Amino acid sequence: MLLTLLVFLPAFAGLLILLLPADRAGYSRWLALLGSLVALAISIGMFFDFQTGGGFQFVDRASWIDVGSFEIQYFLAVDGLSMPLVVLTTFLTAAAVLVSFSIEYRPRAYFACLMVLSTAVLGVFTAMDFLLFFLFWELELFPMYLLISVWGSGRREYSAMKFVLYTVAGSAFMLVAILALAFSAGTFDMEVLGTSTITTAVLPLGWVFLFLFIGFAVKLPIVPLHTWLPDAHSDAPTAVSVMLAGVLLKMGGYAIIRTCVTILPDQANDYGIWLAAIGSISVLYGAFVTFRQTDVKRLIAYSSVSHMGLVLLGIGALGTTAMVGAAYQMLAHGLITGMLFVVVGLMYERTHTREIGRLGGLARQMPLIATGLVFAGFASVGLPSLAGFIAEITVFLGAFQKHEWAVIMAIFGVVLSAGYILWTLQRVVFGPVRHEWDEADDQKHWWEHASVIGLAALVILLGVYPSLIMDMLDPAIGVVSARVAG
Amino acid sequence: MIQLFAATTGEVPGISEVVLWAIILCPLAAFAAITLYVRHLPKIAGYLSIVAIGVSFVLSLIALVDVLGAGGGIAIYSHDWFQAGPLELALGVRIDGLTAVMLVVVSSVSLLVQVYSQGYMEGDPGYGRYYAYMSLFITAMLGLVLADNLFMLFIFWELVGLSSYLLIGFWFHKPSAASAAKKAFIVTRIGDLGLLAAILLIWTRHDTLAIHEIHDLALTGALAGTTLTLFGLGLFAGAVGKSAQFPLHVWLPDAMEGPTPVSALIHAATMVAAGVYLMARFFPVIEASPDALNVVGWIGAATVAVGASLALVQTDLKRVLAYSTISQLGYMMLALGVFGYAVAVFHLFTHAFFKALLFLGSGSVNHATNTFDMRLMGGLRTVMPITFWTFLIGTLSLSGIFPLAGFWSKDEILLEAWVNNKGLYAVAAIASFVTALYMFRATFLTFFGTYKGGEPVDHEDEDEDSHFHGDPAHPHESSWVMTVPLLILTAGAIAAGWWAWGKEFHHFVEAAVPGGLHKAPDFSYWIAITSSLIAVAGIGTAWAIYHRGLVSSAEIRKVAFPLVALLENKFFLDDLYERAFAVQAFQRGWNRLVEIFDTTAVDGAVNGVGWVGTQSSRVLRHAQTGQVQLYGVGIAAGVFIVAIIVFIANPL
Repeated sequence: MLLTLLVFLPAFAGLLILLLPADRAGYSRWLALLGSLVALAISIGMFFDFQTGGGFQFVDRASWIDVGSFEIQYFLAVDGLSMPLVVLTTFLTAAAVLVSFSIEYRPRAYFACLMVLSTAVLGVFTAMDFLLFFLFWELELFPMYLLISVWGSGRREYSAMKFVLYTVAGSAFMLVAILALAFSAGTFDMEVLGTSTITTAVLPLGWVFLFLFIGFAVKLPIVPLHTWLPDAHSDAPTAVSVMLAGVLLKMGGYAIIRTCVTILPDQANDYGIWLAAIGSISVLYGAFVTFRQTDVKRLIAYSSVSHMGLVLLGIGALGTTAMVGAAYQMLAHGLITGMLFVVVGLMYERTHTREIGRLGGLARQMPLIATGLVFAGFASVGLPSLAGFIAEITVFLGAFQKHEWAVIMAIFGVVLSAGYILWTLQRVVFGPVRHEWDEADDQKHWWEHASVIGLAALVILLGVYPSLIMDMLDPAIGVVSARVAG
Repeated sequence: MIQLFAATTGEVPGISEVVLWAIILCPLAAFAAITLYVRHLPKIAGYLSIVAIGVSFVLSLIALVDVLGAGGGIAIYSHDWFQAGPLELALGVRIDGLTAVMLVVVSSVSLLVQVYSQGYMEGDPGYGRYYAYMSLFITAMLGLVLADNLFMLFIFWELVGLSSYLLIGFWFHKPSAASAAKKAFIVTRIGDLGLLAAILLIWTRHDTLAIHEIHDLALTGALAGTTLTLFGLGLFAGAVGKSAQFPLHVWLPDAMEGPTPVSALIHAATMVAAGVYLMARFFPVIEASPDALNVVGWIGAATVAVGASLALVQTDLKRVLAYSTISQLGYMMLALGVFGYAVAVFHLFTHAFFKALLFLGSGSVNHATNTFDMRLMGGLRTVMPITFWTFLIGTLSLSGIFPLAGFWSKDEILLEAWVNNKGLYAVAAIASFVTALYMFRATFLTFFGTYKGGEPVDHEDEDEDSHFHGDPAHPHESSWVMTVPLLILTAGAIAAGWWAWGKEFHHFVEAAVPGGLHKAPDFSYWIAITSSLIAVAGIGTAWAIYHRGLVSSAEIRKVAFPLVALLENKFFLDDLYERAFAVQAFQRGWNRLVEIFDTTAVDGAVNGVGWVGTQSSRVLRHAQTGQVQLYGVGIAAGVFIVAIIVFIANPL
């Protein structure tokens, strides 16, 4: 029951928030914070209670819809791959609530949406029934659509609609593949699917793999299915950018490992080289386009395309080391990019611009925010002793044997990321002071500090103590790579 | 924990592992404490940092004495760090002759620079931040030389790069400083690609990153052929970036935007020597590959030539020293290219003292005159006697005058080059003439002749960071916190070379790297006398041109006009890299092309699909007639199609 409690706790908090009377709307942020902190505490408790190498745990299973030959279950469980992602989600939810503390416009609806979003993502990471998984996957769309189109900025309706259409288009492919798999294996149970050998289906299995992959690749996103991401990021409110970059993109990488690779290992072997190639191209392509961005949030969005390319490169190598690296990169990127968006959000609240050309010299007026940006920037560059480095190097070391050229291409991303990040830092926080920002107040609210410091602490922790996560990932991924190796 | 001992010639040093870790952790603790607690109490931050590095210095000395006592043995302590699948990475420390020497060089120069900085940085609003960054740098540098495996070495290697970035950009409101910091980090990172590739290669092919195992692989011939050469060149690429070798040397002169003590410690004595250390550390690999050895030697020679020639035309005292550093680092690489492993390390050792001395001397001059422009100086010999005499001794040592430290190390490089590669000897010998020439040019311009007034203090300047307190019109000697470190470094610049007596230094550091080392040639009076004469000729030429004016430098400029233009434009390399490549070809060319593709082709296609959707629904809405019968037909057809699909999927 613990897992069910965890998954639905945020949504329950969201419901309570909606029930608040209008004159108590100000309490909504506190309720949201309470809900997200309790969820965080539960997930941390589970994390330390988790038996490393013990397969699926905290199982909640019940028959849900039974139609003769097909039984759709309510089946939640976590293994070494999903457990860290669950903690990442609850942690970033708490951070997202904190950075939303100054929301004035319809706070009850806002926080309710944020909480439902959290439940949907937690559901995706824990659902072990393929249809339940699909439901959670789609559930995430509603709050995201509302959050961007109501509380966003700029071309928010366009961006929100683009986000939804992209995901739905991918989901159509995904649903076809899910049904094809279920028809041939006779079950939606992902644990069973992941241990049985599927040889035939109503569609060629290569197509099934491809359809699943398209559905997830949109979320990751890969080049050329990425153009929704910069639009969504630039128009979304800060907290939504944090959730989007921090955990929503990870749903894609998680699902590729959990379903594509685990359920269809032979097809994964056939297409692994393509995944690695697409991954490397995303790394470079994303980096090149990042150089041209003039809006800080779009810049971070394109850098995400580049960094998520590494996840795909690691998955494409199919070995334990490379896939552990890919999973680690998801966690590292979630924290680091989450932190980048938090810091940029704080900067935006004070300057009301994200145009790099209008910023500059902020290190003087906002030393703490500038320090945060420099820190997160270097984390993004892959500085050793921070989380991103461990992830990058593990992917590279793991993938080099299998896909030498893809890795050699991708390591140029290391220099490119240093280029665009340091150039951005130079233009935004360094250089002569601009007096128009003299009034900007660096130390405004405790909650802003709390989110920045919390994120930074985790980025350091994952950079110097990788075993904390690696020991959990390693056995779970080992099962998958053993299946691929036959 | 895995405890490993290995010894080649000596016994295993008995030093405790805790001591070795403490050497790294003391400055790290200072960094953490300053960042978290005492950032706003500058004086305390300074003391804290000095005490921490003082402890590290004492422990380093203990380590050195211990390894000396053990006759140059090796001790390795390694611990598992994390693993992912077959990948297992370790954290460990290694102590041997090479590491012990490096520890003492780094910690002693750091300590003196930290003391000196109390005077130099006095009154700077970033005083606490300065000591925090310096402590971080020292931690990283000590970790780099203690690391027992390539992965950990790479971690500290990058952290050294970070602290260098932070310190070059210390006065970040200056656009030139912010830009120089970025340039330094990116240019060195281009070299780091090679180092990263070397790590991937060696782990993929040989499943190890431990230094002693890589040594064994190279010695037994298991690591050979293309893999060996590529691995060696990959390491060297990293060294080229970090040690400012041609063609990646362009970042180092710009790095002079940082505070002068930073230039002395990081960009002269220690960090830039890390590349030389790396090549020395993996010398069995380089030695086993004649191709790699040749590349190292000739890149070193090119760096010697480029650095020395550019140093001749600088008007900024710090930039003379920066190009001189590039040139001297080239000498170290050249030495490695002619099998002179111990010699390269020895030159690194002596160079650290006299180059740190010269930089700190230039900082002292700057404190008096508010400028580094030698055209505004002159005549400081009488008003700043301590600075002058220490600077002069440093200059003589750098020029290679007997019996100062620089004489011994440079002489041995020339000797090895003469024995093993006459071409490299020619470059090294000619450059040693130029070295004496540019150093004495700088000395005469700065300290002799008449004082030109320095740079007036601009009181209109909004620059709050300016910590200049004196009066440039009336220069004066610096305070004791600055002159005492100068005097101590002068002792090093004089005497550090004497350790070479009887090849003691060689035997000591050679024990750190196992294997069939090339036998060092014996001391040659012929080489020693020639190199001394060359240096004296350089000094004489400088004296004739810049002191007595026997030949006018303006005349020389006129005669050698095209050459001077080439030198003053730094061989146009900066223009080529930055304007032609980075800005035009890369950012305005390629990246813009990709961006246009992204917005028109990729995103355009998506919006195109949307447009098609809108248009087709305009047609399809005519189906929505509102007639229930028609809808009924549609529903029936739909059910029929679904039934067929289900029937096909599940035959009866």
